[in-house]
This record gives sequence, C-alpha cells and structure tokens, in this order.
Amino acid sequence: MEPVLIFTIILYLLSSVAHAGYFFSRKTEIYYIGLALLIAGFLCHLVITSYLFIATLKFPVHNLFQTLSFTGLAIVGVFFLFNYKFKLKILGLYTAPLASLLMLVAYQFPAEHMPMATQNISNNFLLTTHIIMVFLGNAAFAMACGIGISYLLQENAIKTKNHGFIFKRLPSLNLLDTAGQACVMAGFTLLTIGLITGSVYAKQVWGLFWSWDPKEVWSALAWLFYALLLHERFTVGWRGRKAAIMSIIGFIFLLFTFFGVNFLLKGHHGQFTRW
Amino acid sequence: MLEIMLLGINHKTAPVALRECVAFTDDETRTTLKNLSDTQAINELIIISTCNRLEFLFATDNPDLALDIIKKHIAVLKQPPETEFENSLYIHKTDEAVRHIFRVASSLDSMMVGEPQILGQIKQAYHIATNNNSSGVILNRLLHRTFFVAKRVRTETGIGDSAVSISYAAIELGRKIFGILEDKKVLLIGAGEMAELAVEHLIRNRVSNIFVANRTFERGAQLAKKYKGLAIRFEEISSYLKTSDIVISSTGSPGYVVNRKQVKSLMRKRRNRPLFFIDIAVPRDIDPAINHLANTYVYDIDDLSGVIDENLKDRAKKAVKGERIIDEAVIRFHKWHESLKVVPTIIALRKKMDEIAEAELKKTLHSLGHLSKDDARAIQRMTKALLSKIMHDPTRYLKSEGCFGDKSLYLDITRKLFNLDS
Repeated sequence: MEPVLIFTIILYLLSSVAHAGYFFSRKTEIYYIGLALLIAGFLCHLVITSYLFIATLKFPVHNLFQTLSFTGLAIVGVFFLFNYKFKLKILGLYTAPLASLLMLVAYQFPAEHMPMATQNISNNFLLTTHIIMVFLGNAAFAMACGIGISYLLQENAIKTKNHGFIFKRLPSLNLLDTAGQACVMAGFTLLTIGLITGSVYAKQVWGLFWSWDPKEVWSALAWLFYALLLHERFTVGWRGRKAAIMSIIGFIFLLFTFFGVNFLLKGHHGQFTRW
Repeated sequence: MLEIMLLGINHKTAPVALRECVAFTDDETRTTLKNLSDTQAINELIIISTCNRLEFLFATDNPDLALDIIKKHIAVLKQPPETEFENSLYIHKTDEAVRHIFRVASSLDSMMVGEPQILGQIKQAYHIATNNNSSGVILNRLLHRTFFVAKRVRTETGIGDSAVSISYAAIELGRKIFGILEDKKVLLIGAGEMAELAVEHLIRNRVSNIFVANRTFERGAQLAKKYKGLAIRFEEISSYLKTSDIVISSTGSPGYVVNRKQVKSLMRKRRNRPLFFIDIAVPRDIDPAINHLANTYVYDIDDLSGVIDENLKDRAKKAVKGERIIDEAVIRFHKWHESLKVVPTIIALRKKMDEIAEAELKKTLHSLGHLSKDDARAIQRMTKALLSKIMHDPTRYLKSEGCFGDKSLYLDITRKLFNLDS
C-alpha cells in the first residue's frame, strides 16, 4: 500500500506545482495538466481508501491516518464537483496543496493500525451516512473558505484600485460570491444530514440522541454559525465581504471542531484521531 | 518572380488633414482595384484604408513602374498637396513589406498599440480584394499568414487584454465586479460626452436598462431617446439608485451629487447588491468615502487613468514580445516566397523523384538476387530514363515564359501536388 500512497502524494504535489504554474502563466494547457494530475492522484487515493475499507471492513476513518486521508479525498472530490459547476480554475491552487499537505501529514502515521478496537461501534448504514455526510460537508466548507479568501483578495484589489497580478488572475466578485454561497449551502445541507444521522445512530448505540459530548457541542455550534450566515444572507442580504469573512471564520471553527476537540478535549469521537 | 511591395502613409508619417484627403471609400477601393489590376505592372493588389492609414500592398515584377502607376493614380484621384504627399510616403520591399503588414495587423503599428479594430479592417480589405479578383497566390498566402500571425501575437502576448481607454477600463472593472454586464441597469447622472461614450460601450455589452438624470430634463430626454433609455428628474436619483447597478456621473456640480449617508441607507434596501460608481466629473460628483462601504465601488477619473497608464506600460512590454513573433513569421514567409522561384522548385521535384526511384530500386533489386550485374544495371538505366522522360514536360513548362502571366500559381501548385514543402 505504501508505494501507492507515495505515488498519490507525488501526484498531488505535481498537481500543486502545475496549478501554481497556471496561476502565474495563465496558460490553459498547464491548467489541464494540473487537473489531470489531480484526477490521477484522486484515483490512486480512491484505491488506498477502498483497500483500507476492504481490509478492515469498516469505513476507513478509524485512526488519524485514515481520518486525514479521507478528509483529503473528500476535499478533492468536492473540488471536482464545484469546479465543474462554476469553472473556478484558480481554486485548484487551493485544493491541490491542501490535499498534498493532508496526505503528507497523514503519511507520518500508520495506516492500518486500529487503536483500541471499538467494539461498541456497529457498522451500519446510519454510521456510514453520518461519516460521509460530515466529511463531504466539511470539504464543501473548506471550498467555501478558499473561495472566501479569493473574494477578499479580489475585493481588496478592486477597492484599492490595484489592477495588477491578483486583479487579472482572480474571477469576478459576483462569481466568487455565488460559488461561495453554493459551497456554504451544500456544506450546510450535508452537515445537517450528518448531524441528524449521527444522533439517531447515537440513540441506537448509546440510547441517547444527545450526550453533551464536546464534539457534539462544537459541531452544533458550527452548525448554528453557518445557519446564522445563511439566514442573514437570505433575510438582509449578507453577501460579499461579510459572507466571505464568515466563511473563513466558520471553517476555522470547523477545523477546531474536527481536530482541536479530539486532541484537547475528551469524548467519544477521540479514538478516530489516535494513531 | 513577383516582388512583394508596400506603399503607404499612416498616422506616424502624415497629419490627419493629409490622411483625410487620401482616404479611400469602399467604392473608390473597388474601382481602383479594377483599374490598377488591368495594368500589366501590378499582378496582385490589396488596398487598406482606415482613418489612420492608407496602404497599397501589391505583387509585381516591375516595382518601379508599379510604384509610379499607384502614385499617379492617387494623385489624380485624390489630388493631395504634392510635396507633402510625396514626403509622407513610405515604401517597403519584400521582407520589409511582409514585416510591415504583419505589424499593422498585429496592431503594433497602431496609434493605440494593441487596439483590436485593425485586424477586422484588414480582413475587410482582403475581402474586397478577393471579390474583385485582385489578390493572387502570393497575397492570398501572405494575408492568411498575416491573420494567423496577428492572432498569435494577440493570444500569446495578451497585448489587447487590458483596457487602455476610460470606457474600456470601466467595462473591464464592471466585468470583474458583476461577472457579466448583461441585464445590469445603468444610471447616468449628467449627460456629457464622456458619459455617452461609456454608455455606447455598455450597450455593446447588452446592459438592460439605462436611466438618464440631467439638470435640464430635455437634454437628458434626448440622450435617453438615443439609447432607448428612460429620462428621469434630477430629484429622482435617490429612488433610481435603489435599482441601478452601475452609476456613471459627469455633472458640472461643484459639490457631491451622491453622498455616503445616502448610499449607506440605500445598501440595506438593495439587500447589499453591489453598486459600481464611475465618476468622470471634475470636481467629483460621488463622495469617495462611498468606496469604503461594503459592496460599493467608486472609481473617479484619476483612478481610471491610473489603471490605463499601468496598462499602457504593460502593452509596451508585450509589444516587444510581439515583434519577436513577427520576426519569426517573416523568416518563414521569406522561405516560402523564395521557394516560388523556378529553379529551386525543379530541383526539389527532381530530388524527390530520385529519392523515390532509389528506394524502390533498392527494394526490387534486393529481392531479385538471381539477376546478373548487367541486368541490374539495365534496370537502373531504365528507371533513370523513365524519370527523365516523366520530368521533361513539367520542367519545360515551368521554365517557359508561357505560364499565362502568373508563374507563381503553377509553382505553388507544383509544390503542393508533390508535397515538396513537408
């Protein structure tokens, strides 16, 4: 498995280089090379994930390696979807390095080791849905964060009347705003389904929908944060800069929920990020 | 062998009065093409006439006579002041003529380097020439190369990418804010000339509604009528700001016409949809503090000029790269043109035949091992004789003077038929 893993990382890194090359040169051929590399990396990544799934017959998010790896996979997959819809080519420069980074960090930890075999985790439809939805939702929010950063850069270029490097390369504010909004909406929907399936699953296994587990609390807070963002957008028209900043803050919040809670606080999600 | 020649005047060599005087209308171009093509000296001819230049591009086997005929023709038709006209003329021969037409089409020779219209104008000129059968093998090839080179310069250097006029800069900005300008509503405050120019560009981008607010309602109504817009009273500006997306202001008002407070309360009602102010008035009409509000963007005349200056510097750099692409293209065209000489074509043809014969002979003799040396030699002799006989007539024809005037056509066809250029 290790050679495939290294190969995946190399493909992601090369894709990052190609996307950077595209960003500087603005040559579409280079972009397509970058995209092809990313697709190749994604397929290898899929092979690794399937292998782990078949080997353990559990959804492969059972240790830190698997969690990080699956996050990367979800982000790249979600990028393909949004890129297809909005043609945001520059977003590759955000996705490919992010995926590379996640995989490089994951590579430092063992892939197949199962810390404290988790007897009370039954592998069923609810759990699988919960995991997939939460990860895809997070990936969509990660995209929203990247788009938010692009928005702030482009807005700054326009407001300060600097029509150089950034202005020429980033797409229009309107496109960034619309795409960011779509990412947040998709992420919110996925996260909502993820939280509901998670709590129904908790009821089945532990007999409680809600147990004030730190992960549950922080996830609910993140959910509320995004709910507020969407609500304000639809009622008073929070858009542009404000929405972009919110998307970035929301994602930082989410990162803490995802990793910080596991490392700093205790709870029944903790075992998934051990190694 | 026909020489490529170019005679012309442009904005660099002649003042506008002279250019105006000698400019050709399409009808004049047509009759001139017809008259001059009838003379023996000019074999192929294309006339390009725009407000900045008049160019006669032609192929001839008697350059001096051809130049004389053209000059006389212009003198008779247009009667320009004689010495001034003569002094403003430039004449380019062969490679220099090719380079000149490449540069013109790529917009490197334009008054505004990188402007996109010239290529269309040359295409139009070529279209007229082909309709009048005045363009032949050489100019056809040259013009197709020209279009190719111009396109290459444009895409590879991006020389026309950035805006270099106020209204283009405004459009470019609008696109970076709104994505597309279609369906956007435009509010004109003040109906000046500059505003009109900007609106023309916006209309080309198919904006949906145009509102015109002017102090004197009648003038505003005139402009609104011209662009199928709606004239509104000056007092109504506030309520129309609510629905507009782009505001172009150019009044002579001494103070701000739109202030920050007004816009701030408005943005809530607009549900924060972006609002783009273009302020081309001096003194300014739009409070610059509005730029600090969320989702509003204010550009005044200096901001736009700043953008244009940047872009002009950028274009100068890109022009250097464009010249390099053209150098390359001139060399390639030169090679093709040279190949249209008779001797090289015949040699190339002969060489190709010899090579084929040699290869086939080798193959055949190899499989016929039982032949004696004399037999093999006989076969070789026969092959050679065969080739000579086959080549004899085409060679004689190409060398003869009887190619009905245009030898380059037959040379070109020969090269294509036998694929001599690959």
